[in-house]
Amino acid sequence: MSDPAIRVDVLSKRYRIGAAERRHNTLRDLIADAARKPWRSLRGLVHQSGHARRSRKEWVWALKDVSFEVQRGEVVGIVGRNGAGKSTLLKVLTRITEPTEGYGEIHGRVGSLLEVGTGFHPELTGRENIYLNGAILGMKRSEIARKFDEMVAFAEIDRFIDTPVKHYSSGMYLRLAFSVAAHLEPDILLVDEVLAVGDAAFQKKCLGKLGGVASEGRTVLFVSHNLGQLRRLCQRGVLLSQGTCRDVGSIDDVIIAYQKSLVESSPEESDHADGFVSWKILGEGDEEDDESTILRTEGPFTVEFVLKISQPVLSGFFNLVLRSSTGANIAAWRMAGLAAEPGLYRLRCHLGSLPVVPGIYHWFVSLWDAGRKVDVMHLFPELIVATPDHCALQESWAGVVNVPCHFEVVSDAAEKTVVQSGWER
Amino acid sequence: MSAVVEIPHRPVTAGTTVLRLRPAQGWAPLRLGELWEYRELLYFLVWRDVKVRYKQTALGAAWAILQPLCTMLVFSLFLGRLAKMPSDGIPYPLFTYAALVPWTFFATGLSQASDSLVGNANLVRKVYFPRLAVPIGATLAGIVDLLLATVVLVGMELYYGWALTPRVLWMPLFLLLCLATSLGAGLWLSALNVHFRDVKYVVPFLIQFWMFATPIVYPSSLLPQRWRSVYGLNPMAGVVEGFRWSMLNSHYSPGPVIAGSAAAALVMLVGGLFIFRRMERTFADLV
Repeated sequence: MSDPAIRVDVLSKRYRIGAAERRHNTLRDLIADAARKPWRSLRGLVHQSGHARRSRKEWVWALKDVSFEVQRGEVVGIVGRNGAGKSTLLKVLTRITEPTEGYGEIHGRVGSLLEVGTGFHPELTGRENIYLNGAILGMKRSEIARKFDEMVAFAEIDRFIDTPVKHYSSGMYLRLAFSVAAHLEPDILLVDEVLAVGDAAFQKKCLGKLGGVASEGRTVLFVSHNLGQLRRLCQRGVLLSQGTCRDVGSIDDVIIAYQKSLVESSPEESDHADGFVSWKILGEGDEEDDESTILRTEGPFTVEFVLKISQPVLSGFFNLVLRSSTGANIAAWRMAGLAAEPGLYRLRCHLGSLPVVPGIYHWFVSLWDAGRKVDVMHLFPELIVATPDHCALQESWAGVVNVPCHFEVVSDAAEKTVVQSGWER
Repeated sequence: MSAVVEIPHRPVTAGTTVLRLRPAQGWAPLRLGELWEYRELLYFLVWRDVKVRYKQTALGAAWAILQPLCTMLVFSLFLGRLAKMPSDGIPYPLFTYAALVPWTFFATGLSQASDSLVGNANLVRKVYFPRLAVPIGATLAGIVDLLLATVVLVGMELYYGWALTPRVLWMPLFLLLCLATSLGAGLWLSALNVHFRDVKYVVPFLIQFWMFATPIVYPSSLLPQRWRSVYGLNPMAGVVEGFRWSMLNSHYSPGPVIAGSAAAALVMLVGGLFIFRRMERTFADLV
């Protein structure tokens, strides 16, 4: 018998592209347009249905005729490349934004982990933020009070609960934020790429929590680039591509279809016909497992990028940039003189070590051929550095580099070490 | 365009609510009931704004009193002393301060509300809740300041030997009118601000202009009788005159002005609510 928790019927969502602004050729045009524009935009506001009259080029369908059904208690993974419409789908399902066309039906209370820590205020303490954030996520005050201790314990921040969160390290902040969201206990939980939170141990805990949610008979919709996680947690999957629903079925079938769509050059994805397909750390776990993107060694290791080339590259540059979660460039490497015939390649980078503080990073890669852009992209999933942390200070003091160190104090009189501390190996 | 299909009725587990997602057309209902369900969120938003407002300031909550007090001093010196502005027989500092108490609440509420959606952009983009809670919360957060400033007003009255009368019981009514005005204007501006960031630059000017259109530094008795109801179309005129009437026992009877003000405030508030609800559906995409 069908007992749907979510039902989506030819759902579509259209966005306006900001880039379609007109060009101003003369100052007179600029002034004339500026004078006309407020009126035009005002008119557009009041007559929302007047949109259709505009040029179709200004609009893009983030979702187009998406239909599927999720039964109560199912854990469904949503896969697709960046920009395939996954996040838009979740936004429509959580009522953050309205569909442009179509119909959807949701049975029960929806909770979302779209962005953990939404509404956290830096000046408020951890305790105050738990209440504020809980209320924002739709919890009643009594409910928050009941689960308060559990949340604090889960986030492992009991000592800092009355400290303003602006003094928290980014790890503590995320743990607290996730903890509040994870205790929401909705009938339907929507999760978007949040499991890249904190260190490896905390991630494991989060995954456990999610698994628990699923086993309690709740419905979970799970967006992730991490195929290993998806396989482990989900039974069914939905593959989105260019805003349309390409496949609905068992998670294994959907993942296979997804991987195929990444490799084969489909006409719709011609803008990504060439370039980077995936990446992993060699020798760290099996292919497509979560472990292949977690760095645990402080010594040498190898990163492999899968590269698809459909036009010959004659004199190529490969640029590799490591970026922090805040978008700062941490390190950059370049390989010049790349020449390759069309085909599938594995580009291996042998790194001596990567002594950065544990956390979340990602690769920003680009491939150029004599000035022609072949591909420029931020690679997902992120690189999670889970090496031993040598920084003993509060994390807000921690720098970027994570280098083992030990101290000793030598007494001049006794000519011997009197105090020794730190890293010993 | 409308692809809304009638779904055959399905048995749903008892107690679960069914949410329907479909494109809305035309004017949306206000759904104040839903806002009431989210009253705890509203409470926390107000509480957050109150808590955070004077964080990391040396003087803290004293600012709530200093702002109208300093303005009062400047007005008393230049307009009361030097320009000899009439004040209906009330000592000028008292006369202008009694107006500045509701005015400061109005002006702060209006500017906070108009900036509220953009200021809470990451909330609006990431979580669903009735959007009305954002500007309403921003406006209500000024109430603590208002209460503090009112205490100072009572203190000033004692200092000047000015007696409070039972008329003071009407004061909450004028506060309500002030709140309605502030929120009404705030709703319009906050919704417009999402589309046109110009609003940010318009608001300070608007507040300044509005202040001179309100009898704060001058008594509205300066105006000829026949213009007073028209003058009352500025809802703040009614608020200020009502405040003086109830708190200072002024002889000037504000009846016609208040009637006009109440009508104008109501139109502004209801219009603001509907415009806000109508524009609300694009907030998450534009903010």
